[in-house]
Amino acid sequence: MSRTNTAETSGGSLKGSLLRAGGHTNVQLGVICLLILAVMTALRPQMFLSSYNFESMAFFMPELGILSVAMMIAMLTGGIDLSIIGVANLAGITAGTVFGYLAGEAGAGSLGVAPVILGVGLGLLIGVLAGLLNGLLISGLKITPILATLGTGQVFIGLCLVLTGGPAIVGFPPAWNWLGNGKIAAIPVPLVLFVVLCVALSLLLSRTSFGLRLKMIGTNPKAAIYTGIERGRMIMWSYMLTGGLAAMAGILLSARTNAAKSDYGASYLLQAVLIAVLGGTNPAGGKGNVLGVALAVISLTLLSSGFQMMRVSNHLIDFVWGAFLIAVIAINSFRGRKAR
Amino acid sequence: MKLFGSADAIIALILVAAMVLIGLINPAFWQLSNIFSLLKSNVVIGLMALGVLLVMISGGIDVSFTAFAVAGMYLVVRTMVALDYDGVILPFLAATLIGGLLGLINAGIIHKFNMIPLIVTLGTASVVRGLVLGFVGTSNVNINQMPDALIAFGRTDILTLERANGATFGLTAMIVIYVAAAIGIHLLLTRTMIGRSVYAYGADAEAAKRVGFNTGRTMIFVYCTAGALAGFAGLLHSSMIWLANPRDFVGLELDVIAAVVLGGASIFGGRGTVLGTVLGVFILVMIQNSLILMGIDTTWQRVVVGGMLIAAVAVTALRDRRAPV
Repeated sequence: MSRTNTAETSGGSLKGSLLRAGGHTNVQLGVICLLILAVMTALRPQMFLSSYNFESMAFFMPELGILSVAMMIAMLTGGIDLSIIGVANLAGITAGTVFGYLAGEAGAGSLGVAPVILGVGLGLLIGVLAGLLNGLLISGLKITPILATLGTGQVFIGLCLVLTGGPAIVGFPPAWNWLGNGKIAAIPVPLVLFVVLCVALSLLLSRTSFGLRLKMIGTNPKAAIYTGIERGRMIMWSYMLTGGLAAMAGILLSARTNAAKSDYGASYLLQAVLIAVLGGTNPAGGKGNVLGVALAVISLTLLSSGFQMMRVSNHLIDFVWGAFLIAVIAINSFRGRKAR
Repeated sequence: MKLFGSADAIIALILVAAMVLIGLINPAFWQLSNIFSLLKSNVVIGLMALGVLLVMISGGIDVSFTAFAVAGMYLVVRTMVALDYDGVILPFLAATLIGGLLGLINAGIIHKFNMIPLIVTLGTASVVRGLVLGFVGTSNVNINQMPDALIAFGRTDILTLERANGATFGLTAMIVIYVAAAIGIHLLLTRTMIGRSVYAYGADAEAAKRVGFNTGRTMIFVYCTAGALAGFAGLLHSSMIWLANPRDFVGLELDVIAAVVLGGASIFGGRGTVLGTVLGVFILVMIQNSLILMGIDTTWQRVVVGGMLIAAVAVTALRDRRAPV
């Protein structure tokens, strides 16, 4: 499966292989973004180009974007993480439960900044621990990532149900909600966070030995072991990173909606897989870049926002997402065959 | 070969141990009415699990079958209501056919593009659910609109007993269909060339191709059968609960996959038996249904199922590592 992308990590003709691997897809994605933008603008000029529309997209896109980047990182080693939604909700719900406990009678709205920092830390810790569990199951017990994360995802969602008893936790402290609804100099906070995360992760994956080793495990596991890469430990780190990012997305989701529930964002799972694959990530491992995923999430956010304006039913949007995924698979497969 | 036998025996032992334990905690478990209702809950999940078993033996995974089940069920019931048609055989044939055809799409994409089945089936599931909800409808077909023949079929019992207070309870006849399907799949897997080719493909796809198996046909067999079983099970489900809900079965795919893994099938392919799967389904359904009997809060259900899935895959992973390749 990885025969086609070994050229990428060899580093020989770096520029050429970059163009072939990430650059080419990214140029295509950029063009797709502009195309969607142009078409939607032509169809619904007043509504689509309004600052309100862009602002609302900037608020809800980062959650999905972070989840997609998290999925991409899991896919780099040839794995997948189906527990990200469970992790995200568990992070939000744990923080919400702690806030409720701390505030007592007064309600979570009375809490200041310090408890919120504690809550964020706790949420991220939950995410990293959840990722550690996934990593242990996958690299320690040698369970297939699909099944391991399917199982842990159930457990995490189950724990959400146990913590909440079913209904949503409503009411978070104002400082927490600022993370999802606030602005820094007219730019939505979630967007700022997303951009910062993207830049940091992009540097981590392309400029550090950590990123290179991660990709090598996905490209050729056996060769990676022979070059002295500790596969188990790398996989553990990658799932911990994925878990932490999923928790971050969960924090943003609960901050934006001022609520947390065990089944929020359930449809994000498929979308995160789709966006990761669309962004040039190879689910078999070894190939993936943050910019591609970011471009993919932007183009799909534009697409679904445009559809919503044209009053296309939500269900048909699901249909389009699924069809898009299959089309991308088909195109990638044809291109892969030609390259061989 | 001996390994398969012993694996099934271990699963059976776990089942017996769990039954004894639950029975000790609450003797009401052993009441016939409870056993009958347990068996009834096995039918739909079990039929779907037989399909997933085929997919897993072939080394794949399928998360689209619940969407196919909804498509088969909802399209058929809505058509029956629209045409004012009342019958049993034709509708079930239609639902099976719908599921089978949708499975053909899975097989085509997976085989042609050599793509990971999980991602393909995620895509087709989204497409099919989107189409059903977007084009066909989102409203339930309730008991007052449901075709009478379907309801009558779904409530058929093969055995009816009377409680002390005069109320009757019965063993659903649908269990016969489930058993027949299980035997059928077992015979297909063990006695026919196409069945052996599924094991061969799952163990090593390239080797299977070189030995001369038509792997395209194997894929079609696997995914069409899985789809057909799901379509059939979908309509059966709605005739048993007298309701056709186009949003049904969401999340059920995880339970079914858990049951199949619990039954000893390996996700790497090449391993798995019908007997193991049937036992796995029974264990899963029994534990889910007995949580209340055991006095455990139902909010813990997901945690328990997830934990069981992890434990089961951990054990099979250990087994796979030890087994000679």
